[in-house]
Amino acid sequence: MKPENLLELQDVRTHFPLTKGTLFPRLTGHVKAVDGVTLDLKRGEVLGLVGESGCGKSTLGRTIIKLIRATSGQISLSHEAQGGVQMIFQDPYSSLNPRMTVFDTLAEPMLVNGFATRATVAVKVAELMHTVGLAPRFMRKYPHEFSGGQRQRIAIARALALKPRILIADEPVSALDVSIQAQILNLLASLRKRLGLSIIFISHDLSVIRHLSDRVAVMYLGKIVELGSTAEIFAKPQHPYTRALLSAIPLPDPDLERNRERVILAGDAPSPINPPSGCAFHPRCAYATFQCSQRQPVLARQGTSETRVACINL
Amino acid sequence: MLTVEDLKTYFHTRAGIVRAVDGISFEVKAGETLGLVGESGSGKSVSGYSLLGLIPTPPGKIESGTALFGGVDLLKCTASELQSIRGKRIGMIFQDPMTCLNPFVTIGQQLMEPLFIHEKISVSNARIAALEALREVGILDGDRRMAQYPHEFSGGMRQRIMIAIALILKPELLIADEPTTALDVTMQAQILDLIRRLQRERGMAVIFVTHDLGIVAGLADEVMVMYAGKIVERARTRELFYAARHPYTRGLLASIPSNHSGGDLYNIPGLPPDLGKPLAGCAFGPRCSNKKDVCGMGQPTIKAVAPLHYSSCVRIQEGSL
Repeated sequence: MKPENLLELQDVRTHFPLTKGTLFPRLTGHVKAVDGVTLDLKRGEVLGLVGESGCGKSTLGRTIIKLIRATSGQISLSHEAQGGVQMIFQDPYSSLNPRMTVFDTLAEPMLVNGFATRATVAVKVAELMHTVGLAPRFMRKYPHEFSGGQRQRIAIARALALKPRILIADEPVSALDVSIQAQILNLLASLRKRLGLSIIFISHDLSVIRHLSDRVAVMYLGKIVELGSTAEIFAKPQHPYTRALLSAIPLPDPDLERNRERVILAGDAPSPINPPSGCAFHPRCAYATFQCSQRQPVLARQGTSETRVACINL
Repeated sequence: MLTVEDLKTYFHTRAGIVRAVDGISFEVKAGETLGLVGESGSGKSVSGYSLLGLIPTPPGKIESGTALFGGVDLLKCTASELQSIRGKRIGMIFQDPMTCLNPFVTIGQQLMEPLFIHEKISVSNARIAALEALREVGILDGDRRMAQYPHEFSGGMRQRIMIAIALILKPELLIADEPTTALDVTMQAQILDLIRRLQRERGMAVIFVTHDLGIVAGLADEVMVMYAGKIVERARTRELFYAARHPYTRGLLASIPSNHSGGDLYNIPGLPPDLGKPLAGCAFGPRCSNKKDVCGMGQPTIKAVAPLHYSSCVRIQEGSL
């Protein structure tokens, strides 16, 4: 393991078996949600994981935190990150227990794991609430008494209760309105600085990823197709899919939005049950050649660029 | 082609009256796209539903207002008069195509249904029209597809089918309520491209309801920003984006990540008001960093502050901001 890394993934695969029949189920195939991902997370960085629904980005997040067992491959944590990975989820309405007050939600993990005693827990909960910008006087309230943004703050506080080194944020702002979204993004950015957190930020929203991340990994059908620094990927996207994805985000600037070149992809993303042969993107790619349907591209550096791209035509 | 005056839609709930839409006026010009922007609960969807008589009554009630569409007041129409306009002269598409399509009926039947209701047409001619409508939205193997059920299509395909149904009678006005919110960006780009193309070909007017200022930037000719049931700003698209004249619009534009590189995002502090409680003064006042005493005095009304540019900010109207 490299000294600057907190987390390394080596050829991680998460496949879900598909069965038919209830009495004598037989295996009919696999959903290859994550299909050979090699990735590392450096100390103190925010790594953006971007892709469309069904590309496997959430499954990858859940596999890292071992909510789902990987089918094969290796996930290794550096010594300092052992036991220190926490997750926040998209929907702050379903990720909090409606029968638990903020105090209960935040105190439970600290008491169970010995981070606080009965005597000190109230002070620690108050501290935690303060860290995420919630007034400690709301400690005895239930989730339904809070707005969506405030609930997401509670979920973030819960994730921080055990002082993790790594935070996996799975679409933490997608359910929120823009003005509230900005509040949560600012909070995550400041937590990262104050607490020295490393964050894997999973989102389908490229503009949010761009704002927060140091590096970006673009996923398509279970694989990473491009991985590089945020600046480079946004200035010079190389993979045809990354280019299409970038050109599809609507920009809130009428002159730019109306005059830019658009790459509009045809059709839907294919199913991860039966991914296309060769490069999984080739049926939708404008530059695809016969070779693309034959050879699996590997993630590799192109020329002098630091960015790694999985495309045989580059 | 559509002129709405002082539309008020209130919901009478046990907890009190919720003023979801509180006196909005606007017009839609033939062939133009009007973007209606706001955050959740701002009343943007309720405005669209009110025009088509789709507000559940009770608890909802249209308290006042007129909506003149081709000489007919949509808000005073009887159910059967509305029936003859809805679907034929005004089409509507919604956010979630799964809940709007009937899961037990084939796509072909759902496509032909408006034809049978509004026009005297033979089954074979209806079939030809349905195939043509599918082809227009980019579904090519229509013959096979017509016999399939909604669950056999992907989300993007279902949204295309919804558009095909809404447009099969060639309406003059399309009301699109967040039609791409449930879709991925690449699919969203396809659907927006489709709406843009169909609009150009048919010279149809569109009211596009969305929370996404980026979509509006690329699609709309004119933009209205709603906050707490009222229109706070209305202007031609470029004007609104480059010279916003309301603190809320300015705040919204500044809080979008893609308008930024590095540094903290601007965020509008606080939360939108509870529409069940009467408001003293400007509804945005409590969150506004430019608030002065004058903002608490009476409900602001929207006025022209520049040619074709309307704002409800009292301080901008009096020129002190």
